[in-house]
Amino acid sequence: MEKLLAPGHRACAGCAMPTVINLVLEAAGPNTIVATPTGCSEVTTTPYPESAWRVPWINSLFENAAAVASGIESALKHFGKNHNVFVIAGDGSTLDIGMGCISGMFDRGHNVKYVCYDNEAYMNTGVQRSSSTPPCTSTTTTPSGKVSFGNPRPKKDMPAIAVAHRVPYVATASVAYPVDLRRKVRRAISIPGPAYIQVNAPCITGWSFEAGTTVEIARLAVETCLWPLYEYVNGELAGVKKIHVKRPVEDYLKAQGRYRHLFRMKGGEEMIRVLQQLADENARKFGLLYEGDVACTSGE
Amino acid sequence: MKMIAKEELSLKERMARMRVVEGSYAVAHAVKCCSPDVISAYPITPQTHIVEHLSQFVADGELDSEFLTVDSEFSAMSSLVGASAAGARCYSSTTSQGLALMWEVLYNAAGMRLPIVMTVANRALSAPLNIWNDHQDSVGARDSGWIQLYAEDVQEAADAIPQAYKIAEDPEIRTPVMVCMDGFILTHVYEPVELLSVEEVERFLPPYRPEHILDPENPKTFGAFADPSYFTELRYMQWDAHRRALNKIETVAREFAEEFGRWYGGLIDTYRADDAEVMIVTMGSVIGTIKDCIDVMRSEGMKVGLVKIRSYRPFPTEALRKALKDAEVVAVIEKDVTVGNEGALLTDLKAALYNTPTRIPVIGFPAGLGGRDITVRDIRRVVDRAIAARDRGIEAEMEFLSLREDLL
Repeated sequence: MEKLLAPGHRACAGCAMPTVINLVLEAAGPNTIVATPTGCSEVTTTPYPESAWRVPWINSLFENAAAVASGIESALKHFGKNHNVFVIAGDGSTLDIGMGCISGMFDRGHNVKYVCYDNEAYMNTGVQRSSSTPPCTSTTTTPSGKVSFGNPRPKKDMPAIAVAHRVPYVATASVAYPVDLRRKVRRAISIPGPAYIQVNAPCITGWSFEAGTTVEIARLAVETCLWPLYEYVNGELAGVKKIHVKRPVEDYLKAQGRYRHLFRMKGGEEMIRVLQQLADENARKFGLLYEGDVACTSGE
Repeated sequence: MKMIAKEELSLKERMARMRVVEGSYAVAHAVKCCSPDVISAYPITPQTHIVEHLSQFVADGELDSEFLTVDSEFSAMSSLVGASAAGARCYSSTTSQGLALMWEVLYNAAGMRLPIVMTVANRALSAPLNIWNDHQDSVGARDSGWIQLYAEDVQEAADAIPQAYKIAEDPEIRTPVMVCMDGFILTHVYEPVELLSVEEVERFLPPYRPEHILDPENPKTFGAFADPSYFTELRYMQWDAHRRALNKIETVAREFAEEFGRWYGGLIDTYRADDAEVMIVTMGSVIGTIKDCIDVMRSEGMKVGLVKIRSYRPFPTEALRKALKDAEVVAVIEKDVTVGNEGALLTDLKAALYNTPTRIPVIGFPAGLGGRDITVRDIRRVVDRAIAARDRGIEAEMEFLSLREDLL
């Protein structure tokens, strides 16, 4: 099948975002209209007069994609047209600046499927902290330093916020699990009303990992339980991706430059323990481990 | 408002069709007659009655529109960007802080050439917080790329809606239009109004059939970014559409007069201007007071006339040059002030006259700010000042009208 996001776009080699978009569009099909906010996906795919989009696409502003999609969906409803309406947005526009518009779209119950490709910082402007940045992450506005381990705050729990809006379908996904991601997109489409899917999408520039390991990094996030894969249907936990061998968080952290300081600074070990506790809490909360399984404690 | 004879409707018949309604109702009714596909708005005084009436029309099944009760004015205009790009005829209304909150989207909607129509129930901008009428809100948005029409009375504010759609949706224009009406003074007043009907409006306003929409059958990209090698030309095309709108606004006003028998001027209108030595230039509802005042002054032998600005953007430079060429002095009354300079209309008007042989004093008066009444005595003061400027030279280029020195 011809990719609905054409090759030749300007995203970095190793960027997860175009892969996420193509997986979403493979599942949604060509009968889809996409709104994206200003950000990496927009500036790498639509330098006028070129466009990589083979579906109808619109960008208005940074913080209003959910509202723009609301309007598209309302117009289609009025005309009796039946197309999928998707927002595909980064974490900055989703968890921070666009929160009001998203809350409104959820609240009004528009049949809009919102996919957040989460690379855990403002990558388009140069790796600044967003409210999706995990704790202890070094970004350009929360740099590690002599008296700082990086971002001091926890990651905002956007899927829980979506569930609190009674969004009928809420899920997390990962670029490393394409079958799972496509299935979740199809399921989101099958349930009328808004949907929210937050996809882990490593950023080679902002996370600083070895070229060619994007998918590996994303898989480690899942296998360490730092990125639990789950879905909520009508407010109930309806499924999780179980982990056969739970990896220690060091395996994930040490592969990325944004956590390098944790292995070099005095007290870094304590911070790694805090992150391990977060992973353990995810494993417990979502029941990610098979009964009787034990966590793998060594690096490999 | 001048009446233009129309064969099938005599004045008597027309008066029989009139109903006494609230200004907001008249506007909402006019919107209903234009059958918008999507309406999106957020409550803010003094605009709220317009959307309340529209909601009721939808609830009663009289209007088949999607009505979005959005989370902010920012979302209101953003959702209309999406709806308009999907091919919908769109409407919103707002005022003051709401318009300010929309500011970013105003530029975007205009740049994307989406023909959205919005009523602005003009109100002052905070601080200090003030819910009453002036024009600071829409004048502040004059550079956003929207066409701005200012209404003198309720009938004009209502009749401007189908005209606004006809201008905005014209393939040669494709530019959003703001219809500005004075908050409270026009939105909340009850006046006899001739209400439009869907059938009449359909004869005047063709259905909206945009060439470019979001359609999976024919995928198009909306809102691509333009680098320095393209940006200037796209901005030029917007500017050029405004230039074409100068003719379009006139044409549509004439077509409206032919269909409905009502004329408010095209880009501008004039009142007792033919032999006027002193010309007042202004916009909005204060025109009614000024006309009454001019009648009295004329009866006293004073040669005073009026130019009403109906289209503030595009700015009617040529029309103003023509209208003011024989005047001896011009006084601008405007409900805004550019803090750090002077009234915005005063600056625009002086600029329009600068490269012409018309060398006359032009003075300005910010007035009615935050809803202060502009009285007959105020108008007389303006005319006195203008005559003094003509006879003895300009003393002050700008003066805050009815400034309470005791409070300073």
